[in-house]
Amino acid sequence: MMKDNMTSVNENIQQECIGRENNSLSYRAAFALIIKRDLTIAFRHRDDIFNPILFFIIVVTLFPLGIGPETNTLSRIAPGIIWVAALLSTLLSLDRLFKSDHADGSLEQMLLSPYPVFILVLAKIVAHWLVTGLPLIFIAPVLAVLLHLNENSYGALMLTLLLGTPVLSLLGAIGVALTVGIKKGGVLLSLLVLPLYIPVLIFATSAIDTAAMSLPYSGQLAIIAALFFGSLTLAPFAVASALKVSTN
Amino acid sequence: MWKWLHPYANPEVTYHFVGRLLPWFNRLTLVFLLIGMVWALGFAPADYQQGDSFRIFYLHVPAASLSMGIYAAMAIAALSSLVWQLKLADASAAAMAPVGAVFTAIALVTGAAWGKPMWGTWWIWDARLTSELILLFLYLGIIALHNAFEDKNLAGKAASILTLVGSINIPIIKYSVEWWNTLHQGSTVSKMGKPSMTLDMLWPFMFSFIGFALLVTVLICIRFRTEILARNSMRPWVKNIVLSEAK
Amino acid sequence: MPKTPSPLISAHHLTCIREDRILFEELKLNVSAGDIVQIEGPNGAGKTSLLRILAGLSAPYEGEVYFREQKVKECREQFHQNLLYLGHLPGVKGEMSAQENLEFNLALHGLDSEQAEQTLTEVNLLGFEDALASHLSAGQHRRIALARLWQSKAPIWILDEPFTAIDKLGVSKLEQLFVRHAERGGCVILTTHQDLSLPKEQVKKITLSYRFY
Repeated sequence: MMKDNMTSVNENIQQECIGRENNSLSYRAAFALIIKRDLTIAFRHRDDIFNPILFFIIVVTLFPLGIGPETNTLSRIAPGIIWVAALLSTLLSLDRLFKSDHADGSLEQMLLSPYPVFILVLAKIVAHWLVTGLPLIFIAPVLAVLLHLNENSYGALMLTLLLGTPVLSLLGAIGVALTVGIKKGGVLLSLLVLPLYIPVLIFATSAIDTAAMSLPYSGQLAIIAALFFGSLTLAPFAVASALKVSTN
Repeated sequence: MWKWLHPYANPEVTYHFVGRLLPWFNRLTLVFLLIGMVWALGFAPADYQQGDSFRIFYLHVPAASLSMGIYAAMAIAALSSLVWQLKLADASAAAMAPVGAVFTAIALVTGAAWGKPMWGTWWIWDARLTSELILLFLYLGIIALHNAFEDKNLAGKAASILTLVGSINIPIIKYSVEWWNTLHQGSTVSKMGKPSMTLDMLWPFMFSFIGFALLVTVLICIRFRTEILARNSMRPWVKNIVLSEAK
Repeated sequence: MPKTPSPLISAHHLTCIREDRILFEELKLNVSAGDIVQIEGPNGAGKTSLLRILAGLSAPYEGEVYFREQKVKECREQFHQNLLYLGHLPGVKGEMSAQENLEFNLALHGLDSEQAEQTLTEVNLLGFEDALASHLSAGQHRRIALARLWQSKAPIWILDEPFTAIDKLGVSKLEQLFVRHAERGGCVILTTHQDLSLPKEQVKKITLSYRFY
């Protein structure tokens, strides 16, 4: 009799443990789930992808029209133009990150998920970068040709964009998370986020300029990398707190 | 150890406490500012290099230092609000932000006014002024974010998050702007650094500085009390105050 | 002597202030396993705010919410594993099909997403699995959101106006579901403008009144 009781108790415990495993919280699975979902939505909503890219191209094209097509002038300011255009284009695309989820209630459900919020947030930011930052990196060299960028600078351009655009997405996410619940938060977003972008802008353009003089630019790259790792670890937590305030 | 602070978590107690301190701050401010400004602007010796236009230094430097000091105080208030959920910390941060923004603007304008006689231009992109400009944007961002929320508690939390994010970024921004400035130094000669001061310039400077610091304190205290009243407007003790003052 | 089990979810000294208006003050609430609790009151009385505070989405001005006598603040992950909350907004994305939406919802809460197709039949959405949600009506969106109830292992259900845009048959099906859930040891806290056709003894009521100051 005792043995029967013990076996049934053991069975119950085993059942519970199995149940736990099925319910087990795999962070990797949660990360992949969100990325897959966000990419699916982005690709079904192509406008969201192309508009920021077109904006990037148009802004860069406006500068020669405004300043004059003189090769040396353009070549001198090309790094700045491309990077400022990248900043503005990222700013334009940030809205997409949380607005629609906030409007239809998906964001609330994510905050109530058993998975930690910072994983879900990081996944959303990565998906956003894949759709927004990555295209910028591929198109930038083409635009650099239009601006007569010095030949030696192309490598620096790509590397700074590769390391810098994730920082733009991460820091921008903080701004969007704070403003997602506000009507007409878009204008406020620029005011909040652009000062935070200034260090990346300064070091990236400096790296590209230094490369043009055939000098090593690893120092600037190292600082951008530091900004990248710093924001990668800290931004998701700030974003999570901000989201909790915005969905209040 | 912090038990003696506990009664002050009650907004009513703090409101009355600050109200009792205010008259003293008012008098001290008047004394220090009067002495400091008259001495600095009228009687302190003119700088041997820059002449009388140097006197704007006595306005510019206190304003710039205070603009950064107020931000630091806001960061501490933001931390208290988020970590210990102190509602009064929210009120104090909301009280400090516009004062800080105005002093940043004063620093910028006086800095520009100082630049005109020195370099002949109204604006110069040196590290200090550029950092002050970015600080102004940070302040305006915090104020705008706070005003965009209808619920004051949420506004306070959001503004606190932004303040903390900004405070982590400020050293990074300052460093990068200074570095950028050294890259593009060009032909500008002097920086707006503090020149070495003789004693008869130091005294008026200290008086002005303390006077402005006290002025900031007075302004923040007045705003703080107003914020407390506004955030507790539904409580009976506030209604009593309003009714008794209306008589 | 069996110990009385601790309440699943409870709250002490709950105060909610929204835009300078006190919605409720010093509210005390205990919900145990097997309870069906209906929060009622006029519009603007704070019903939605109360549910959101209990679910942990909103922070109260003062007071604490407890899950099995532990502060929710200290055991968030565990609380979320044991909670199902459905608010006014269904959380359905127009760009995904009904089935994709349900699969995502299930997976997000640690449930088996393979069950999605079969669960859609429970809410009368058979045939609509592959329709993009942007082509579906608000009522159908709500049904996609409600479908999770059939798969949920969470004991605590907090539902804000679950019957909105649901027809009479659907409402009674849901009510049966709530009763079964309560019998299995779960609890349901809901608000609704409609009358529940459950026997009065089964439903506990909490009434919030509209405060002007």
